[in-house]
Formats: sequence, C-alpha cells, structure tokens
Amino acid sequence: MKALCWYDTNDVRVETVPDPKILNPRDAIVKITLTAICGSDLHLYNGYIPTLQKGDILGHEFMGEVVEVGRENKKLKVGDRVVVPFTISCGNCFFCNKALWSLCDNSNPNAWMAEKLYGFSSAGLFGYSHMLGGYAGGQAEYARVPFADVGPLKIPEGLRDEQVLFLSDIFPTGYMAAENCNPQKGDTIAVWGCGPVGQFAIKSAYMLGAERVIAIDRFSERLKMAETQGNAEVINYQETDVIERLKEMTGGLGPDACIDAVGMEAHGTAIDAVYDRVKQAVYLETDRPHALRQAIQACRKGGTVSIPGVYGGFLDKFPLGAAFNKGLTLKMGQTHVQRYMRPLLERIQKGEIDPSFVITHRMRLEDAPKGYEMFRDKEDNCIKVVLKP
Amino acid sequence: MEARESTLTAERDRDLVGPGADGMEPAEREVRWINVGDGERLASVLGGVALARYGLKLNSPGGALLALAGGMLVYRGLTGHCDIYRSLGLSTARRTVSPVASVLHEQGIKVEKTVTINKSPEELYRFWRNFENLPRFMKHLKSVRTLDDKRSHWVAKGPAGTTLEWDAEVYTERENEFIAWRSLENADVDSAGSVHFEKVPGDRGTRVKVLVKYNPPAGRLGALIAKLFGEAPEQQIEEDLLRFKQLMEAGEIPTTEGQPAGRRSMLGRILVGAR
Repeated sequence: MKALCWYDTNDVRVETVPDPKILNPRDAIVKITLTAICGSDLHLYNGYIPTLQKGDILGHEFMGEVVEVGRENKKLKVGDRVVVPFTISCGNCFFCNKALWSLCDNSNPNAWMAEKLYGFSSAGLFGYSHMLGGYAGGQAEYARVPFADVGPLKIPEGLRDEQVLFLSDIFPTGYMAAENCNPQKGDTIAVWGCGPVGQFAIKSAYMLGAERVIAIDRFSERLKMAETQGNAEVINYQETDVIERLKEMTGGLGPDACIDAVGMEAHGTAIDAVYDRVKQAVYLETDRPHALRQAIQACRKGGTVSIPGVYGGFLDKFPLGAAFNKGLTLKMGQTHVQRYMRPLLERIQKGEIDPSFVITHRMRLEDAPKGYEMFRDKEDNCIKVVLKP
Repeated sequence: MEARESTLTAERDRDLVGPGADGMEPAEREVRWINVGDGERLASVLGGVALARYGLKLNSPGGALLALAGGMLVYRGLTGHCDIYRSLGLSTARRTVSPVASVLHEQGIKVEKTVTINKSPEELYRFWRNFENLPRFMKHLKSVRTLDDKRSHWVAKGPAGTTLEWDAEVYTERENEFIAWRSLENADVDSAGSVHFEKVPGDRGTRVKVLVKYNPPAGRLGALIAKLFGEAPEQQIEEDLLRFKQLMEAGEIPTTEGQPAGRRSMLGRILVGAR
C-alpha cells in the first residue's frame, strides 16, 4: 500500500510499504477513505518531537471502511464505516473507566520511554513517535486499529466523509479546550491561534454558552475565517498589542478564559519569543511558549487558561508568578476523543455545525509532501489539508 | 587466634564445619571480618594512596604521620577490615550468611515492584499460580513446565543469547494472597521471589507486589554490563508487571511488531526491527 513516511526534518515521502495485518485479537483493519494533516504533524515535520525513526508512517486523523476484524472484536463488522480517534484506549483501565481516554495505561507498548520523560505514560497515539506508542499512522491506504472495539465510531448514512472526518481529532480537541474553560453565562473567551483547532474552539465556545469569543492570529485568511465562520471578534497580534487590546475589549477585566491553541512552535517577535528561538536552536529549550505566556498575562484574575496546544518537553521563563498571584486554573492535555465523538456527531447530524468549513485544500495522498510544505508555510491561504488515498 | 586461623582455611561449606569458640559458623566469621563496604574500600585505597604520597612529599615528622595514616587507609581498603569499626561494632559491608536462603541476605540483586490492576485478587492469583502462564508476560522466560503441585522447571533467556534453566518450588503460599517460590540446588541462577495480592479499597482492583532476588550469572559485574545494554532487572520486572496488567485488564498486550513502515535506517532496524 502507499503510505506517508517520515525520514527527516522537512523530509516526508509517499512510498509503497506492506499492508497492515491483524496483530492482536481486538484489532481491526480499516481501508482509509479520507485523512488529513494536523497542526501537530508539523511538530514531527519540523523535527521537534524526539523518538521518530526513519520510515515511520505518520497521520492520526483518518476514517474509512472496516475490511478485517480480529477474533475478539465483537463490536465491528466488515463493511462498517468508521471514524477512528487518534488516541488508542483499552477500555478497561483506571483511566479509561473514568473517560480519561488519552491517559490509558495499557495502549503504549513503549510505556517505559514516556515514563522516563514524564513519570507515567499516557495512551498510545497513531503516527506520533515511538515514545507515544510507535503505531503506524493513517496517512496511508490502510491502517491497523488496536482496541478497535473501543475507539472507532460507526457513521450512519447520509453524512459525507468531509463532514465527519474531524471527529477523529480536531473537533473534539477544540471542543474539550472550550469545555475546559468551564464557560459561564456572559463569559468572554480569548483564543490564541486560528488554525483548525482554534476554529473549532471558537465554535465550541459559543456552543457551550460563552457570550463573546475573541480570536488572535496574524494570518488574515485565518482571522477572516474566525470572523465569518466563527463569529469571533479578531485581533491581529502583529498590528496590535494583544494584552492591552484584550483589556480594552473586556472593559478592563480581561477575558474570563484563555485558550492556547498554538502550542510549542509559537511564533512571535517580542523579546521572549526571540529568546525562545535562540534557546531552541541550541537545544537548550524544547518548547516555545510565547502564546501561552500571553494567555497567562492576559487572563483575568481567577480565570482559566485552557491548553489544547501540544507541548512536548520543557520550556523556559514560565510566568508562574502571574498565574499564582492571579489565582488561575490551568487545564490541559491530549484530547479524550472517545468522550466527545458521539455527542459531537449528534450536533453534526442536527445541522448545528458542518466541520468541513475548515478545509481549504484537497489533495491525493501521493501529493501529501507538498501538502505538508504548504501547511507549514501557510501558502495559498492554507488552513486545512485533507488527503484522499 | 585459633578462631581466626580456621576462618582463613575453612571452606564456606555451611553443613560440614561446626561453630567455633565464639559461636559463629566459620563462613559467617569470615564474612564478618570484612566490615567495610565495597565503595568505601575503593575510596579508602585511593584516598590512602593520595594521603601517603602527600605525606611523603612533606618530608617532615608530620608528613610521616600522614603517610602512615594513608598506609592504614590503603590496608583497610585492601583487606576490607577496619579495627576502628570493629571496636565500635560498626559495619558498612553488606554480607551475612544463612543456611536456608537460596539467595543470601544482602547479596545478589533484589528488585521490588508494585502495580495496581483492575481485577480481583482471585483472578490474578489464579492466573499467576499457573506458572506456565508467566512467559506470556515475562519476556525473559522461554517456558515454565509444572512438575507437581509445588515444583516447576524454568527456562530463561540469559545474557548474550545463552539459556538458563532451573527447578523451583513454591515453599509457602496463601490462596489469593501470596505465593513465594525459590530455586533449588544446581540452578543456573539462584533466585527467590514472591508475589502478593491485596485488594485495594473502593473499586480500584488489586495491588500486586513482586519481590525478586537473584544471583545473576557472572555476578555483579555481569549485572552491571547487562544494565548498560538495556536489560536492567528493575526495568525488566517493571515491564513484566505492566504486561501482566495489560494482559489482565485489556486481554492483550499492546504491540507494534509486524506493522508496516518505510525503509528503516540501520539504527532503526536495531531499535524497532526491520520492516
């Protein structure tokens, strides 16, 4: 089959590799009909995530048709159309039982690696380095799905692939980010980052009852999408001082909650951002938290900072003093996708939202390397690339 | 004096030689003579040499005293015996002798690990008590064969592709609570271990604690080398326990062996396996 394999920083190639096989009794094999490139895939592409090996197949947002089922999998049948969550969860550990699906104890065969860095290992993920499982990803024609009686969601007739694909990751991610803000009536939520996750966070914030959403970015097409699709008020941080503007817009109070939908490769030109770049270049810092620092600074006292943006290692100059003295709540983590797939599918079915609005580019799997480049450089107003195998 | 001589000549054969005038077995006496720990002995030798050289350089009565002190430190390091410790009744060495233990107290490698598993103590005890199940989650075991209700024959993978075999017996157990086993004579590796099952309050399942002691082949040096090559016993046992948990909770052990990939580098092939 064809699959997108990582070889080096800025070097991904579509190659012919063997088809996947059932390896464990609860597995299923899915023939992929649509997949996508995620913002977090760019961290792999840009070389910021350790423990990748040449030849690793990337991709963690995918859906398709079940073509083979392991003997212990009583849930799926051949022919089922499913969306597969990017988190792999066993369904019977302490964490899965509490619906903390991205923290599953039993799905990372390389748990010892993550334990060394983090103390304990989280769940295995598709296509996201060996420390997080080393599972072959879904930017391919077929994928082997472990614990397929827990993860994949069956999709009913009448919905296009493009409408439901994002249940695999970015829609639940944006939704959980907004939910973590614990939105109250009258709240203002500020969202840093108008990429696809940010766009879903904006929509979800309104769904969950926020009064106002303010979106922050520097790319006009992304700000425009946040305005027209998301109904957000926008700030271009290259033209305005974000903290001041937010204070002004909220009558001096500050936003009630702030979402960092940017993560570890934050861009910025202020002195702290330059500091991060320099330190990162000489491997003295692994993550650049420019957006996160702003979020903490801008948030009103007693507010919440919600972090769906991916961080991997360590960062410098974290304004813990500001967070402490303002009594902030920080909520974060990899999305518990399985928790949200069904309720969000219902919203799609009811017509409350059509997630395909974020798609700007449709390509064939063979052209994925070009897609990565475009997505990284935000060429041609690229916001979201989907790939058809 | 007489006791000392028999210490120097007696074999460490605990069954054949009776107690001496001080009531100690000869092996025990010999072992107690050494009362300075290994690391300290090394430090003593190195420190003593340095002190002696310095003292000699001073070329004065004070220097001579220092050199003497240095010499005593060296002697102490080489023999492992410190008179000062002896008179104070101290010992930083870690050795004693027992006629019934398969692995002597404070000798060999000892590992203790705990994991919490979302299953009842009964289920876990039943699975573990059938030792033939153990190779399913203990990666270093090739096979275990039950010989009778207490004894079994174990085959394990040794370092550098060798095979180790031994017979073991369950010498004490309480159903659904603990099992304790030890290797019998002529084992390739002396080992002893126990596993304990304790129900956790609330709905959280069972706490499983494993204690394993063994004398690795090639002794401590072999163990150190194994550690460098990524086969440290602590990590092995921890990973074994995690696999036990996965097998019990999820019914299978997560794996990616046999999955597709692009062309691996040489390092990738070693670390991850060829495609």
